[in-house]
Amino acid sequence: MGLVMPDIGLVIWMSITFLIVLFLLKKFAWGPILKMIHEREASIEEALKSAERAKAEMQALQADNERIIAEARQERDRMMKEARDMKDAIVGEAKSKAKEEADKMLAIARETIHNEKMAAITDLKNQVAQLSIDVAEKILKRELAAESKQKELLGDLMKDVKLN
Amino acid sequence: MRYNALRTRLALLLMAVLVPFLAHAYDPDAVQAQKSSNDSLAAAAHGTETHKAGFDPGHMIMDHIADAHDWHLWGHTHLPLPVIVKTDKGFELFSSSHFINHETHHLDAVYKGTHYSYKLAEGKIVVVDEVTGMENEEATHQLLDLSITKNVVTILMLFGLMLFVFISVAKAYQKRPGQAPKGLQSWVEPFIIFIRDDLAKASIGPKYAKFMPYLLTVFFFIFFANLLGLVPIFPGGANVTGNIAVTLVLSTITLIITLINGNGHYWRHIFAMPGVPAFVLIILTPIEILGIFLRPFVLMIRLFANISAGHIIALAFYSLIFIFGNEGQNVAAGLGVSVVSIAFTVFMFVMELLVAFLQAYVFTLLSAIYFGSAVEEHHHDDHAHDHAHAAAH
Repeated sequence: MGLVMPDIGLVIWMSITFLIVLFLLKKFAWGPILKMIHEREASIEEALKSAERAKAEMQALQADNERIIAEARQERDRMMKEARDMKDAIVGEAKSKAKEEADKMLAIARETIHNEKMAAITDLKNQVAQLSIDVAEKILKRELAAESKQKELLGDLMKDVKLN
Repeated sequence: MRYNALRTRLALLLMAVLVPFLAHAYDPDAVQAQKSSNDSLAAAAHGTETHKAGFDPGHMIMDHIADAHDWHLWGHTHLPLPVIVKTDKGFELFSSSHFINHETHHLDAVYKGTHYSYKLAEGKIVVVDEVTGMENEEATHQLLDLSITKNVVTILMLFGLMLFVFISVAKAYQKRPGQAPKGLQSWVEPFIIFIRDDLAKASIGPKYAKFMPYLLTVFFFIFFANLLGLVPIFPGGANVTGNIAVTLVLSTITLIITLINGNGHYWRHIFAMPGVPAFVLIILTPIEILGIFLRPFVLMIRLFANISAGHIIALAFYSLIFIFGNEGQNVAAGLGVSVVSIAFTVFMFVMELLVAFLQAYVFTLLSAIYFGSAVEEHHHDDHAHDHAHAAAH
């Protein structure tokens, strides 16, 4: 049957033209097209990779920032604590010093008061003694104004004195 | 995403190709009706040629799917094509218009060339005796017909189209390196990437690059030829990929590339399948050797048969109109059947659009698989490669 019998002429034409076209297309079409597609894919892949890298870098940077912030916060907390401690210490010291000073002053005051009081008492005692002497002198002066009285007194005194 | 893009492109392509043809779907009918009625009129007038008295669908269909020395455009208008024959006395070159019989408008005239006289018999050029008109079988046997036939013209047009399309696409790539495809590029690129990734890389493996030019050329040639074969009017309609000479050449080139690239592993598997006892090899080796040729043979037959069958079915549905119309005597029946025929033909046409792509795909895929088997390395290497591949992802 004619349908399944290949025509030699057509076989020859087809072979020659196909091989020529294959060669031409390979050289001028497929080669450049495949090369350019490959290059484009490579560049896209590269771009994607670099984007990924940039993202990773960003993340690293962010983590770094967070770390720095955390460190700064810690540092601040530490400094605050130190300041607070120092303040407490200073205040405490001042308080104790003031107390000490006050106690000292109080003691001095107390002593002064005591001394003053003693001096006053002594003075008072002296005055009372003086007064008593004065009073006694006055009384004596009056009592011994008469001679009889003097002899009586002498007699009394002589009575007490026993000559042994 | 790539698949989606491809699918969209394909759908668009189908639409773009389909719409104008549906508009022309009636054309072959009109042409055939005119031709058929002319035939019957002529037959009635002459009253001698009995085989043309009735509508002969088988003859008509075979006429349409076979190669021709002229291009029938419409009615009695033929595009004459150059006839080149090599005889035992030398070459002859003349126009096929010399075969036109100006009385009957058929291509049955005898042309007297330099060396012999020729005429067409069943579309083939035969040497005849000038006086008696009897065939000179001895001279015919030595005749080599190198004519630029309808199929040769179509092949040249297709190759011209391919060179134009793909070289301009290549230029577009070089003009806009690294940028997204545009225009024609974006039509072609999904196919190229599809063939590279899903056919070549998947079937051949890491050595795919070497085979890409052939795979792409063969894919686009078959695809374009199939689509052009579906166009019912000039410059379409030639049954290129449904011609066994064409598929023979394509499958032979596939065979040759496979054999050239066959490595030790490939030949060892053919002549001495590893791990098979010697007495089995006595049976297996001939089968394997036969298989080398059987595979491209099947490739040849598959493409030829699929495309021819598509053309035959479409033409058969059209023939139904004239069979039922009974040579214009039963117009109502003809019209009634034509509705069904057109519906079926449109359905077949859509099928054929799918087949056009599918057959191009299948031919390219199977070629790629044969190349893959030729360059395949040891299996454990393959596994190692697979693992590396999987790990890379």
